[in-house]
Amino acid sequence: MSDANDADRRKFLIDGIRVAGVVSAGVLGGFLAGRRGQAGETRWQIDPDKCVGCGNCATHCVLDESAVKCVQCFDMCGFCNRCTGYYTLDGLDSRDTAAEDLLCPTEAIIRTFVEGKAGQNFYEYTIDTNACIGCAMCVKGCALMNGSLYLQVMHDRCVNCNECAIAIACPSDAFVNPTSEKPYRLKRVAEGVIRQKAGKKDTAAQLLIDQVQSSE
Amino acid sequence: MNNLFRSCLALVLVAMPIGMVSAEGVPDLMFPVPEFANHPIPTASVPHTEGEVPAVWDIAILLVALCLASYFTLVSRSRKSQLALTIACLLWFGFWRQGCVCPVGATQNVALAIADPSYVVPVTAVAFFILPLIFTLFFGRTFCASVCPLGAMQELIAVRTVAVPRWLDHSLGLLAYVYLGAAVIFAATKTGFIVCRWDPFIPFFRLGGNTDMLVFGGSILAIGLVVGRPYCRYLCPYGAILRLLSCFSKWRLSIPGDTCVNCQLCEDVCPYGAIHPPTVKQTPESRKRGKRQFALAVFAAPVVIASFWWVGSTLAVPLAMWHPESRLAEQVRLEETGEATESTDASDAFRGSGMALEELYASAISRRGEFTYLGGLLGVWIGIVVGFKLIHISARRQRDDYQADRAGCVSCGRCYWYCPVEKVRLGLITDISEVLPDGKTLVPLSAVRKS
Repeated sequence: MSDANDADRRKFLIDGIRVAGVVSAGVLGGFLAGRRGQAGETRWQIDPDKCVGCGNCATHCVLDESAVKCVQCFDMCGFCNRCTGYYTLDGLDSRDTAAEDLLCPTEAIIRTFVEGKAGQNFYEYTIDTNACIGCAMCVKGCALMNGSLYLQVMHDRCVNCNECAIAIACPSDAFVNPTSEKPYRLKRVAEGVIRQKAGKKDTAAQLLIDQVQSSE
Repeated sequence: MNNLFRSCLALVLVAMPIGMVSAEGVPDLMFPVPEFANHPIPTASVPHTEGEVPAVWDIAILLVALCLASYFTLVSRSRKSQLALTIACLLWFGFWRQGCVCPVGATQNVALAIADPSYVVPVTAVAFFILPLIFTLFFGRTFCASVCPLGAMQELIAVRTVAVPRWLDHSLGLLAYVYLGAAVIFAATKTGFIVCRWDPFIPFFRLGGNTDMLVFGGSILAIGLVVGRPYCRYLCPYGAILRLLSCFSKWRLSIPGDTCVNCQLCEDVCPYGAIHPPTVKQTPESRKRGKRQFALAVFAAPVVIASFWWVGSTLAVPLAMWHPESRLAEQVRLEETGEATESTDASDAFRGSGMALEELYASAISRRGEFTYLGGLLGVWIGIVVGFKLIHISARRQRDDYQADRAGCVSCGRCYWYCPVEKVRLGLITDISEVLPDGKTLVPLSAVRKS
């Protein structure tokens, strides 16, 4: 008799705990899912205004080839002949293309002549994304001048880890979590110009601005 | 230094013409963006977000996998189907989705979401955390059996395992709860997601990783060859939650009770030490000793909890130092007092950001206070776990037949794969005597009990 009572009591207790567990799990899930509001999934991104170009992005990514690459914001670029993002400081005077005169270790920056004007030559610098390893050598160099070169997490490569390995190693807390619809960041000073361009029916600028989360 | 160089450079290059400022140019550039006659300024482009599986799909696949796992474990009782599902889940959640999102890591997202309302928790993370919990409350740890990619890696290599001594198994099992507690407080304080950082199988899923991860993952796999599921049993924080919940599950994998022939195959074959043999009848003496042990454990528990609480609170400083900002504050303080001569990237970045020193110190000091409390809480948690374990192992239970451990069983299905009674049920053999060596007979357990 007491054995049967014991078994009953035990069963009642276990049933009670199970029901309580299911209810609380449901409530927690509903509460968390409800509180999220309209915000979608998030992606990792670098805030270019906070980035200090330490070089950790090239080495700390879980991918063999880092998901971080350099981006050239042409609307901030001076198209300088003496580019501190392209040449090493020693290379600025000679301006030849010997490897020791170039900052980029993988020759991922392509320099093309655009125009000569008032005795001054202008060059355009574009990034070969396949060659870029995200080492930020050029970013640091360019920061001495206009700072048009900056790093971004490329979302055709990024696997969106729950905790980004580069974010852990980032010394300046530059990694942010924008939404997956707008997973990129622009430099704050360039945003106005790109928006203006987009307003003037520039499709490329519109395409860019659609993917960029405003820094505010 | 940078500023000095900047101004020198500006002087050197002052000869550059500056009369070509475009009308809507960026205001504070060192050199204006030139305007070209027949070359419009291009706009930078960025690649689209690709390869993203919609959240609904992720959740639906998990749900289907959980249903199948529970069906294979409890209804069809087929280890072959389970293995096929295990491999499918390993390929999908592990190698294709590359281990993210997983319920083990999602525990931290949920902890952070509870602690910080401003954190936007991905809906997949919430679903991945909740769904296996609910399934476990009804069907036991079927998630561990065939859905979890981390479990799958270890399940597939656990072919020649040795039994871990009970005392070692019990003590190592506590680690998972410590890990769970630490993971929750570190996630809640935004210190970091340590479970993701030390996920041993991520380098295998992604076919690449840094040396630390490869060494850690490699050793877990190597240990997994001789000890069944070392990560699941001794480290997995989510497994720790599931162990607790599966004690209250409605149905679970069971070994045929009345038809058991006492062959011991299930106990021998279980790589996880999760099958307990029938208990022997206690002598009055051993019963007395057991009671004394139990009483001792009950009285020791509060002392254990209090002492762990004390240890936990004294660990506030080392715990807080896990937070990058606290490390930065310490580094800056050392630099200010002259004890550190070389600055780090982080301290340089801090000085460049223009944030006030007092602000950084104040935040670090308040975090230390927070960790005194949280460390104490972690201590209490560990104390409760240790205390409960002491009570649990000193309590004597009566078992009349072979039983799977409610908490430790991961429902892998090996026991009934080998079970001769099951083989008869499946029609593989017509009688149990067919699988016995010549001249040997087995006594059914029910007969043993009667005698």
